Parts: sequence; structure tokens; C-alpha cells
Amino acid sequence: MATVELSFTALPAHVRTARLVATAVARRSGVDESLLDEVRLAVGEACSRAVEGHQLYCPAEPVRLALTDLAGRFEVEVTDTCAPDARSPANAAGGRSPGPAVGVPAGLGIAVIEGLADEVQISETAAGTSIRMSWPSAGAHR
Amino acid sequence: MDLKLDHHSKDGIEIVDVEGEIDVYTAPRLRELLIELVNNRFYQLVVNMEKVEFLDSTGLGVLVGGLKRVRAHDGSLDLVCTQERILKIFRITGLTKVFGIHDTVDEAIAARRAEK
Repeated sequence: MATVELSFTALPAHVRTARLVATAVARRSGVDESLLDEVRLAVGEACSRAVEGHQLYCPAEPVRLALTDLAGRFEVEVTDTCAPDARSPANAAGGRSPGPAVGVPAGLGIAVIEGLADEVQISETAAGTSIRMSWPSAGAHR
Repeated sequence: MDLKLDHHSKDGIEIVDVEGEIDVYTAPRLRELLIELVNNRFYQLVVNMEKVEFLDSTGLGVLVGGLKRVRAHDGSLDLVCTQERILKIFRITGLTKVFGIHDTVDEAIAARRAEK
């Protein structure tokens, strides 16, 4: 079971809340202060990506964030529930273009995550996409 | 902290002062300001990011979009930033080669003048 779980409406305004919670739990899990900015940015990128997908294809579904204090690792999993089958331009909400809202080159968010997280695992299932990231931690608190 | 935006002219260059967090929620406001400046024929821009506390890829996209717009008018968009936490994202994405990044507004203006 995750140490802290968060589920939020797919709105850009909530991404900041997700970042703040992730940073607070990372700090409590013993992640080194020098890595907290990386956690904050990587979690923000993963949540922004999920929110943009949800807004296009499944705006009623929440984005999920699970923060887990493992032995010596702090793990973050951001899960969207946009099934790959649903991600076609024909299904885009309100006829919006499936491209990013403010002109971010496709894949830049993922490139940033991969540049920041110690370990990254991206898995696509029938239910949606999960981005799992982790960093070393002291793992002293639960 | 939310995003605070301001701008003023200095030596014929429009300085955009940005304070706070540039993310998926606030970046559209910066984008609108950059578009407004270009529409008002300000093509030499310096974005002062010294008080930016957070920048993500959405913010980078807005800055790249601004650069594209001013370049279409033979203009320029330089950045002022000395914070390691912000510079890191430019380095990860390779955008340090795309933007002129300076330590101070005066240095950015001087570099722009030297290129003219």
C-alpha cells in the first residue's frame, strides 16, 4: 500500500497541489534535500501530462498519484485512466486538437522526467498509462 | 506562489519580469503576454526569470513559442537566469543552445547590442 495516495480532478490548477504533496512526502521519506527539486519537477511533469490527456479524452476521470516510502527508495506513480483505445482524435473532448495546450513539443515532458528521476518505468495498459519514478531515500519514516 | 508578470522598456528592449511558478496552470498567461507584446511590435525581448521559483516543460514550450514569434520579425528573446534549479531544465532539454541565457538584465541588453 502506498504511504500517501492522492486522486484529483484533471485540472491544471491541481498539478501544483500534487507537486507540493509529493515534495512533502519525499522530504518525510528521507529523500535528500538536493533531490527534492527533481522530485517536484518530475512529478509535476507526469501530472501535467496526465491532466492534458484526461482533459482531452476523459475529463470526468481523476488522475491518481501514489507516493510510497520503500526501504531506501521513494517511489512515485502517476496513473492516468485514458485507455489507449480512447485516444483517437475523434474522441477528443469539445473537438480540441489532441496536441498539447500551449505548444510544448511532444515528448518533452517525458524527456524531462527521464532526465530527472533516478529510475523511470512507463507502462501502458488497457486501462491507461502509468509513470513510475523513484529516487534513493533514507527510508526511515512511514 | 502564483505567477506575477510585469514588463517595461529599457534601452529599446522590452524587459518581461516573471515572478512565481510557470507551470501547466500559469503558463498560458505568460504566453498571452508574449503574444500581446509581439502584436504591439515589441520584437526585442528579455525575459527576467530571476524570481521564477518553478519552471516545467509547459513553460519551456511558451518560451520557445515566444522565441519563434519574435524571430519571425528578426527579433530576439533572451533570458536572465542564474538559479541552478531553473537552469537545470534548460540543460536537460538542450535549450541552453537555443536561448541566450545571461546573469543580469544589463548583460542581456549589452549582448543584444553587441550582436546588432
